[in-house]
Amino acid sequence: MRITCPNCGERDRREFYYQGDALALTRPAPDAGPHAWDDYLHNRDNPAGDTQDLWFHEAGCGAWIVVNRNTVTHAIDDTRLAATVKR
Amino acid sequence: MVKLLSRSPCADLLPCTVGTITMSEVLLDRVMSVAPFAGQAKPTSAALKDQIGLGLSAPGRAVSNRRARVVWAGQRMWLVAADVSLDGLAAVTDQSDAWAILRIEGEGVEDVLARLVPIDLRASTFKGGHTARTMLGHMSVGITRVGAQAFEFMAMRSMAATLVHDLQVAAENIAAR
Repeated sequence: MRITCPNCGERDRREFYYQGDALALTRPAPDAGPHAWDDYLHNRDNPAGDTQDLWFHEAGCGAWIVVNRNTVTHAIDDTRLAATVKR
Repeated sequence: MVKLLSRSPCADLLPCTVGTITMSEVLLDRVMSVAPFAGQAKPTSAALKDQIGLGLSAPGRAVSNRRARVVWAGQRMWLVAADVSLDGLAAVTDQSDAWAILRIEGEGVEDVLARLVPIDLRASTFKGGHTARTMLGHMSVGITRVGAQAFEFMAMRSMAATLVHDLQVAAENIAAR
């Protein structure tokens, strides 16, 4: 498996650390209420198909990367720096 | 007052030659990490240009002149081999004693490195002035091409012996073929 780091180009999977679903990008507002926060903290979808994950280029440039990936075909169709997505 | 002796990271290990491959230590007086604050990359680059004649390099690139060098070292991070003053623009940390820097050169150096490094370091893709953060075996390193058959490796000082050992073994195995 190879992931394209926006800084470094295509790199082997062993350079990356897998964080999981990119939900940190949709963090609820502090006053969003217990239901929104409960959902954010505990509930995860387990989709067959397109997912958005966070990967850390641990043994490379140290950037957090948002990876759009398909869990059925294993195809990766988009990678972006989390730093630029957030802003 | 105690008189302290300064020892370089690879003092007892280098230089060393294996077959056509030569490894030597590179000593830099100053290595500063420069991490521009949010939105300050351009002013930081301009200030550096004033002070040392070099701006921040693009990701994956290193630049140098007679006085200094600037090596991209990761996401929003550069290593600058010079004294710089960037108050209010960037987080600057003196890392002069933190890095072991090794120059490896000679005929077939790319074959030796291909045994240890997971990226393509051949001249067709990794040209002069290119730099990369990647791995050497299981160790995180920075690699910069400094010549047609020469590379520089930067690793944490504490890993100096491993850096030299891994490269030495790979060079010996290539030489024995």
